[in-house]
This record gives sequence, structure tokens and C-alpha cells, in this order.
Amino acid sequence: MYSATVMDHFKNPRNVGEMKDADGVGEVGNPICGDMMSIYIKVKDDYIDDISFLTFGCGAAIAVSSILTEMAKGKTIDEAQKITNKSVAAALEGLPKNKLHCSNLGADALQLAIRDYQDRKAGIVREGPKRSDKHEHGHGDVCYCPYCDVEADDKAPVCTNCGRELDEAH
Amino acid sequence: MSIINLDHLAANPLLPEVQEAMIEAIKKNYANPSSQHQLGDEAVAALQLAREQVTRLINSPVPKEVVFTSSGTESVNHAVKGVAFANENKGKHIVTSNIEHNAVLRTLRALKMMDYKVTSVPVDEYGLINPSDVADAIRDDTILVTIMHSNNEIGTIQPIEEIGQITQTKKVIFHCDAVDSVGVVPIDVQTLGVNLLSFAANQFYGPSGVGGLYIRRGTRIWPLLDGGVQENNKRAGTENLIGIIGMGVAAELATREMEFRIKHARKLKQKLIEGLQSRVEDIFINGHPELSLPNLVSVSVQYIEGEGIVLMLDEENIAVSTKSACAAGALQASHVLLSIGRDFADAQGTLVITFGRDTTEADIERFLEVLEEVVQTLRNMSPLYIKAMQERAEGVALS
Repeated sequence: MYSATVMDHFKNPRNVGEMKDADGVGEVGNPICGDMMSIYIKVKDDYIDDISFLTFGCGAAIAVSSILTEMAKGKTIDEAQKITNKSVAAALEGLPKNKLHCSNLGADALQLAIRDYQDRKAGIVREGPKRSDKHEHGHGDVCYCPYCDVEADDKAPVCTNCGRELDEAH
Repeated sequence: MSIINLDHLAANPLLPEVQEAMIEAIKKNYANPSSQHQLGDEAVAALQLAREQVTRLINSPVPKEVVFTSSGTESVNHAVKGVAFANENKGKHIVTSNIEHNAVLRTLRALKMMDYKVTSVPVDEYGLINPSDVADAIRDDTILVTIMHSNNEIGTIQPIEEIGQITQTKKVIFHCDAVDSVGVVPIDVQTLGVNLLSFAANQFYGPSGVGGLYIRRGTRIWPLLDGGVQENNKRAGTENLIGIIGMGVAAELATREMEFRIKHARKLKQKLIEGLQSRVEDIFINGHPELSLPNLVSVSVQYIEGEGIVLMLDEENIAVSTKSACAAGALQASHVLLSIGRDFADAQGTLVITFGRDTTEADIERFLEVLEEVVQTLRNMSPLYIKAMQERAEGVALS
């Protein structure tokens, strides 16, 4: 089901753990399949000097978090901001379609961590928690079927492409 | 290294006796049982033998009341849709429970689109239905009650006999989805008081692709498949004779070995539950402590997700199943686990461990050893675990 790269990162995850003295923290949770990711960054001279993650989720979610930390480490903030969920999936040699929108949240968490770092630097205090509980699929307002990755009708109870039942929150 | 199969519910091996009977049947090259000539007679005799073997397994009063189908799913579809269509003039209301298998749930979903109404009764924390809830749900226009015998995710066995007494008093047709029970625990269709009972061969070491439906004489039901006169006019289509022969042999062995198999499974189950409780902190054992399948243990491991556990166990050549939403295809939390009060995160970390006559105590021991490590590895990555441990440490510091 998973590529060799996914299995490698799942079995030997890189940069695991909470970072107590992080400069920025980003947390993403997904109410549909319940994956949750926390990304911690340490920034030095505008470079991501250190990065770590904690993840509650399936094999894909753990692999996504792990490879993301490798992709972001040593990058400038500007470069790191260009990392997307899509480029993470590509680096993993692809993910099963039903995992694309549920488990592939690493880049979202990273962007939140960078924003948190920038906020702290600028002295901005945002209302509410850092966590984003919304299902973010990075395609604007269009909804995608979590099973087959084909654009889904917002109102339909089942996916018109694969016939699977769609959660209200898809 | 051979694989330790703790996923018997999904992958029951064919018993050697069943394999031999099926290979023999292939070599014999039976004709169609519907044929009028001698070749057909041999096929009829083989079909009849298998029907008698299955009849004994469920203690049906006459073999004629057993209909062979292609699967437990077909049996369920036949029972539920067949009763719904045949009794439409009496009403369009059906009573079921919150924890049925998808075969029932999705069949009912299809019927709802045809204006049938469904009342679903809840279960308690052990997954047990209160029979009086079923009695209260039955209305004047109720044509069918469909309740499962045992649950495929948590193993809880329902008070079917009591529900059967209610449906008999209220004169409502009663279907029982017994796919996970037949061949595993004693099933007697006469004492259960059911009109219809679904089962499948692959749950008791028979082949997949063969199921059975018990239809008590006089039950008002339509066929699901229209066509020829096979199966006493109840199920059209040329019989899958090779599969049916395999099912018959598996049924006979299940009848004969049942006592031994249950005793063996109970011993393993006790060892497994005790081992889980002593080795892994923060777990829930799901299902009823006594009224449950002897060959199934459901455990929710807090703070982690099941697919990761399954993949890591697979690396160590141990096969188990998870009810996590992330597991292939589902993407939704198990309705059964939510119904018994597990929260979303705990439902995610749920394993279903099913074993059989070939499982040894050493297999269970090995599973427990590996699981302990796997759980800790995944917990060390989990934000939920890290947070819970910090809160616990703070709690200790405060007190």
C-alpha cells in the first residue's frame, strides 16, 4: 500500500519529540480521520536550525511528519514557506489517494509554526489556540473526496465518482 | 519465519479436511444438480449431504429450511430486502440496533431510499441491547426486527432468545445476522426463536464465497435473485457445489469440535486479556466480559492510532486488524466503538485480535511482547501521550 520511502520514514522516523524551547509551534488536527500533528521549530539567523514533530496518526501521517522535518531543516524561512503538502507527498514517492487529504497535513503544521515564530518576533498575540481544527486541503474552497481525491459535491451524501459515503465535514 | 495469524475473522485458514473434500469435488466434475440424468443425481446427493451437515450445525428442524447463498452479505441482503418487499402491504417499518454490520446498515440505507422507516435501538457500554428497547420500538407497521447475534468488532453476544420471544408475541419477523457466531458458538435456531438467520462458511474454516440463510417455514419473504428454481425456489442461480461441499465438511467439523475449540479459545482469551492489562497501561478492553465471543478480543490503546500498530506488528510477522478510521478504506470512526462510548481518539487506537484452533499460547506471548514495544514506540511520537504524561506528572506533583 505504501511506497518504500513512506515505510522507511514510518519505521525510522527522523526528528521525533517535543521541543521545550521552540521558537515556533504549529499544531494541526483533522476531525475526519483524527490525525494530529505538532511541529516545533528553532530559528537561528532566519534559518530553521532545528525542527521536531509529534504525531498522532496512521503510518502515512508519521512518514509525512518525518520527511517534512528533513525537508525543512537548514532552510531559510522563505524557502521553508514554499514547502507544500503536495511537495511532501511527492518526496514520499506518493501517498494512497485516501490519505492525501487526511494524513498529509505536515506542511500546514509547518506553516503554522513559522507564523507562530513570526508572531512571537513581532509581538503579535493571536486570539484562540494555535491549532487549526479545520480540515485544510489546500485547494481553496473546493472539496475533494477523501477516498478517491476527485472533486466532490458539497451537498451530496456520497461521492459521485467512487460512491463512498461522505462525512458532512469532508 | 511463519506469520502469527491473529486476524482469524478476516483470514480463517481452510482446514485440511475441507481442502481435501473440495479438491475431490473438483476432480469428480459434478454435473448441475438441476439436470435430469444420472450425472445430476450425484450432484443432488452431494448437495443434500452438505445441507444436512449445515442443518445440524444450527439445529434447523429440517434441511429444507437452509438455503445456500454466495456470502453472509448476500444472506443478510436476502433476509432484510426479501422481508421488506414481501410485507410492504403490512407496513414499512424495521427495527435494528446501532452496532450492526455494514451488510445490514447499508441494506437498510438502500431501503430508506425506498421510503422504509428504520428505528435503531442503542447499546450499553458493553455493547448489549436491552430487549425492552426492542419491544418499545416495535409499532403496528413494523414488519421486521434485524439484530446481530455477536458483534464483529467487540464480540458482545446479544440476548437473541429474549428478543425472539418478543417478536413471536408481537408477530413480527425476526432476522438474526449470526455470521460471526455460527460455527464458533452453539447456535440453535429453534431456541433462538428467529425466522431468519444469516451465516457464512469462511467464519468456521470453510471457503469464502459460500453463505447460508436459515428461513423458517412460513416466513413471508421474497427471493433476492430471480431466475431458476434452485434452492427450493428461494435462491436462483446454479449452485456453487464445490464451495457448498466445503461448507458442509467445515460445518460437520465445527459441530464435532465446537466444545474443544471454545475451551481452547477461552484459555487464550483469558491469557491475552490478562497479558494486555499487565503489560500495557491506559487501555480499554471492549465488549461484554462474559457474554462475548471466545475467539475475539477488542482493545483500545489510548493516545495512538491503530494502523501504525498493525504495520509495526506486520514487520514482526504478526497479523492483527484495527478498527481505526485511518485503516485502509474506512476513514470514519467505527460506529460500534462510538456507540459503546469510546471517544474518537480511543476508537482510533483499537485493535481486534481474533484467534483460532491453530493459535498457541506461545503465539499470544509473542504478540504481547512485541505489542508492548510497538505501543511505547508510537506513544513516544504522540502529542496526546506526551500531554497526558505531563498532566499526570503535574497531578502527582500537586498532590
